[in-house]
Amino acid sequence: MQIAFWALAILTLGAAGGVMASRNLLHAVLFLIVAFIGVAGFFVLLSAEFIALAQIVIYVGAIAVLLLFAIALTPRALRDNSETAMVGPAILLGVALAAIFLFVIHDAAWGAGAGDPGIGAADLGRALLSTWVLPFEIASVLLTMALVAAIMLVRPEAEEDADAGAAGGGGEERA
Amino acid sequence: MTLTLEHFLTVAALLFCLGLVIALSKRNAVGMLMGIELMLNAVNLTLIAFSRFGSGGGAVAGHAFTAFVITVAAAEAAVALALAVSVYRSRQTVEVDQLDLLKL
Repeated sequence: MQIAFWALAILTLGAAGGVMASRNLLHAVLFLIVAFIGVAGFFVLLSAEFIALAQIVIYVGAIAVLLLFAIALTPRALRDNSETAMVGPAILLGVALAAIFLFVIHDAAWGAGAGDPGIGAADLGRALLSTWVLPFEIASVLLTMALVAAIMLVRPEAEEDADAGAAGGGGEERA
Repeated sequence: MTLTLEHFLTVAALLFCLGLVIALSKRNAVGMLMGIELMLNAVNLTLIAFSRFGSGGGAVAGHAFTAFVITVAAAEAAVALALAVSVYRSRQTVEVDQLDLLKL
């Protein structure tokens, strides 16, 4: 347990540092995948197996692939992962925020118990469909809207014109 | 020494700050998005840690909230990357310091 925690901590924070340090955007995505897998390992360590699997499937499987596609679809944009002139203030803010967080974390009396036994997928599913059924439905509508919006944003102009022409009077109002 | 809540909160706080620095300082819009994803991951880690070590009754709330955060992160990534591709089509760049159309 101890060894797993420290190994995962080094892996995750090292990979996150790699995202910051690597000069090539594609290498940064690969480091990001390692960081996602490290966080999934933390979820397993905290006995949240379902969330760990969701993390792997959604972050590693979907979001990382989306990032790679976005990099591939912007070919003439520079591949380099350099920083703007704001890197100094950003690092200053990050270090200050980290100092505040660490002070609070180590100063507060959390009163943490020994911890519950892990929450299984069955408990989570029951809670999602009873207590949180309204946010659950809103999240599903949000996902549908986001996918439709993403398709609308990236489709070619010619196709839009063709659709507007085909739709006749209704298309002009939208245009 | 056994693993406590503080261990996980410390890792999550450091991960969050690293993500913040990446999101604020990267020149490429896709690079900024990577920092935002790291920050969301750190928040999820905090939620799950509190859910595991908390003594209250609402342990399943942390899991449910993490599931919602993952959902919204997926939606956000899809829209943000579509925006990046769309901006690239009109400006031929996704470097955020060159997208200064609103600047005087």
